Amino acid sequence: MKSLIAFYNILKKDIKNYYLKPPNISWGIIFPLSWTLMQLLRSPDDNILNLLPGLISTSVLFGTTSMLAVTITFERSGRSFERLLLAPISLNVLLLAKITGTIVFGIFNAFVPIVFASILIDLSTVNWMMVLLAVLMMAITSSLTGLLIAVSVEQVFEAQTLANFFRFPMLFLCGLFIPLSSLPAFLKPVSYCLPLTYGADILKGAITDNNAFSLTLSLIMLLLFTAGLFIISRYNIKKRQ
Amino acid sequence: MIKVKNLTRRYGDFVAVDDISFDIEKGEIFGFLGPNGAGKTTTINMMIGLSKPAAGDITINDINVIRHPKQAQSIMGIVADESNLYNEMDGFDNLCFCGALYGMNRKERELKARELLALFKLQDAGRKPFKTYSKGMKRRLTIAAALIHSPKILFLDEPTTGIDVESSRQIRDLIIKLKNQGTTIFMTTHYIEEAQRLCDRLAFIVEGRIVASGTVLQLMNSVTHNHSLHLLTSKDAKDCISEFEACFKGCKMEIESADSLVIVSEKRLPLLPILQFFQKKDIEVYEARELQPSLEDVFVKVTGIESSVLKQEKGGRL
Repeated sequence: MKSLIAFYNILKKDIKNYYLKPPNISWGIIFPLSWTLMQLLRSPDDNILNLLPGLISTSVLFGTTSMLAVTITFERSGRSFERLLLAPISLNVLLLAKITGTIVFGIFNAFVPIVFASILIDLSTVNWMMVLLAVLMMAITSSLTGLLIAVSVEQVFEAQTLANFFRFPMLFLCGLFIPLSSLPAFLKPVSYCLPLTYGADILKGAITDNNAFSLTLSLIMLLLFTAGLFIISRYNIKKRQ
Repeated sequence: MIKVKNLTRRYGDFVAVDDISFDIEKGEIFGFLGPNGAGKTTTINMMIGLSKPAAGDITINDINVIRHPKQAQSIMGIVADESNLYNEMDGFDNLCFCGALYGMNRKERELKARELLALFKLQDAGRKPFKTYSKGMKRRLTIAAALIHSPKILFLDEPTTGIDVESSRQIRDLIIKLKNQGTTIFMTTHYIEEAQRLCDRLAFIVEGRIVASGTVLQLMNSVTHNHSLHLLTSKDAKDCISEFEACFKGCKMEIESADSLVIVSEKRLPLLPILQFFQKKDIEVYEARELQPSLEDVFVKVTGIESSVLKQEKGGRL
């Protein structure tokens, strides 16, 4: 019960202090919206359904990694994160509370291009359960990537630099813009080591029925990434103590 | 209440804390006094479970802090050397949030938060964002936040560093009030006067080692071997030095100025014979005062560090 009170209040504090701030709300809406418009203007004849998996994935990836990498690094530099570490709650509860807010923010980000697309085209062929599953798993793995970045650096600007170091290669190697089959042989192993590859593949399957891997394989890989990123982040925090 | 045994912490080849041991009794204020980099914060961080020692043991209220840090943290109140609350939140919400971290329910934490705001004279600022507080107010709210769950032990790392005189005084008064209520307090400071005024017992820490520890009186006695008596006189007593020293065996008279002198002896001196001696010489004695070394003198003598070094390091006062 005590852990639950702490979990809920950390989550509530993060949502109030960070995610519901006007700049972040506008970032959560404007960024996916401008990304969507950019893609549509660049190739107006392209099928919106084909663009949707990429737009959703980009929105989730940028929304989650930016938020968590910055908020935790910010709290660490102001030493308020130390206050959380010294509370009588387990590190697992603390980290889950910190990433839950980001996951919700990531899911919110994902639905901006979906709402926009629903105005322009018929989305009745989309498998929404799979979309939700993919968005959730992508939000979890991207949040954990943000967490890993946050606990590995000292300053906010370092977090942004490191986040970009992960995000941009991930975006171009995950099979969204360049199909995995068209990637040079030496890059394929890299792409198989990216969580976004599997999340985006579930999305492609759910929206255009054009997935490269089976749903089971993608889910197993995403769960493995979730566990791996969580354990490494936890280890990094412990190592600093 | 607190037992620290052979505690050591290394950063690579550098030994930050070197095999220190000490005990703290229930309801006691125990202070660590030392310059920057002496190992004060490193020690406190190990005691609160924020960092792990390379060797040694820490037991708080029969809980092994190294093995069960979370259990130990539930009975601790911790004030870091920086005021680390949330800038965007107001004072009341900050206190309530800290209460929630200790699993307090809403009613409990709101009630305690109001009590603490009143105790720390921050009622009027309770609904203002923390970022608008002065340094002294921030420090007071940070200490209040550490008390939200009524801890048995309070850790204070440099509680009055860099704040105004009035806030420092309020914080010192509160520390004494908490001690009187039975809270055990471990504090670090580089202010000698503060340590002397607040602490029941003290340890001088230099380069990760405890070089001396005890009550203020014990520390003073450890370096004082002679007794000095300072006299204010009506006229110069330099002509009677040899007669005085012959009359009072083992005593030495040192003239400070035309109207003051110091008598040094191995034993404590009775006052009346001395007064009578000067009366016979037609010298009036207006004041007689036994000179005690200050804690600052003791610190300098024991550690070899000039107190001005402490002053300069954090721009503090003594």
